[in-house]
Amino acid sequence: MAVSEITRTDVLIIGAGPVGLFAVFELGLFDMRCHLIDILDRPGGQCAELYPEKPIYDIPGYPAINAQELVDKLLLQIAPFKPDFTFNRMVSALQRLEGGGFRLTTDEGEVFEAKVVVIAAGGGSFQPKRPPIPGIEAFEGASVQYAVRRMEDLRGHDVVVVGGGDSALDWTLNLQPVARRVTLIHRRPEFRAAPDSVNKMHALADSGAIDLVIGQVSGLNGEGGELRSIQVKGPDGEVEVACTRLLPFFGLTMKLGPVADWGLNLHENQIPVDTEKFETSVPGIFAIGDINWYPGKLKLILSGFHEAALMAQAAKHVVSPKERIVFQYTTSSTSLHRKLGVPD
Amino acid sequence: MTKLSYIAHDGTRFDVEAENGSTVMENAIRNAVPGIEAECGGACACATCHVYVDEEWMPVVGEPEAMEEDMLDFAYEVRPNSRLSCQIKVRDELDGLVVTVPERQG
Repeated sequence: MAVSEITRTDVLIIGAGPVGLFAVFELGLFDMRCHLIDILDRPGGQCAELYPEKPIYDIPGYPAINAQELVDKLLLQIAPFKPDFTFNRMVSALQRLEGGGFRLTTDEGEVFEAKVVVIAAGGGSFQPKRPPIPGIEAFEGASVQYAVRRMEDLRGHDVVVVGGGDSALDWTLNLQPVARRVTLIHRRPEFRAAPDSVNKMHALADSGAIDLVIGQVSGLNGEGGELRSIQVKGPDGEVEVACTRLLPFFGLTMKLGPVADWGLNLHENQIPVDTEKFETSVPGIFAIGDINWYPGKLKLILSGFHEAALMAQAAKHVVSPKERIVFQYTTSSTSLHRKLGVPD
Repeated sequence: MTKLSYIAHDGTRFDVEAENGSTVMENAIRNAVPGIEAECGGACACATCHVYVDEEWMPVVGEPEAMEEDMLDFAYEVRPNSRLSCQIKVRDELDGLVVTVPERQG
């Protein structure tokens, strides 16, 4: 790999949830450059994905603050440190470099090198939820796909889309001209997708261009990983629907993912750390927020903020071993004011 | 206090005393009822606290609201008596309520 293709930074933060974002602030005060990678398409983690409009009541100083508002304020707070973001990517591999530091590779092949790695991955990476259909694992890969990578691959297939949200409706509409036949399956006649897509879908169903089946997928028929048809249980009993490609859109769930393969000690899908530095069993790799574990651990955003502050001190020792760390307050330190862009 | 009963998937029955105003999910977690995951912590954002409400209790418990229906799309083996337990608030009328935990959550 050419050197120019490697992105280098001081600290690579895995996860751009509230704790990962605040880590940028604490690390920034010590002049460390940060790059964040997140599997979602935007910052905020669970706050943005699961409950953006829900108020949080235990952020110090805010009697109540909506999750998305907290994310927006954190982004504002870290803006002076100009963090870099890479979204829609999962860090799939991590290796230690001789002479210090780490090389990380994403699921799309991008390569990053950092002196310090901070895992702030919360409950793990958001991944498509596997629908509860018996035996579905055997068909995953070719016949069952949780995302459409290339529409061309679905040309001429009997495509069945399952779900009632925007992804399900969008793919139903997009694949209708490409596939041999598109069937949309949803457990009830109401759809939560955008009304415009729902109307378009109904028009296609009424004209006979697609099939709309109300029910839940109850079984899969096929051999050797190749799907032939599926069983659908509806209000009027079970029907068989021709299907060579199944696209289930059942939302996202959190999985620890590749972190489990990085040689870190684990404690029930969490990463044990010490409570002085929040460092993992591998020196130079820290874990903060919901993903870490120590005696007394509480999965609270405010605990993650505290962990970020202590981690930053330890990370500074790794990034600049010779520099003496001077403890300063943002209220009064002129050098911190300069970093934060506070006018003199 | 209001009496609630949970029937785990293996048939084990959990009788608990619940405070009015708390949710059926919270009481399941507090009493370590197996099979209620509540991944999102009660934000109606994950469908992993899915239960079946005893048929005779359905008229009292009531139907899910639109947001809960949307979330139920992600649950396993949804039936007409499916509810997300984080969205059922305990109140006097629910004294004696029985809910069954599905084989698995999503």
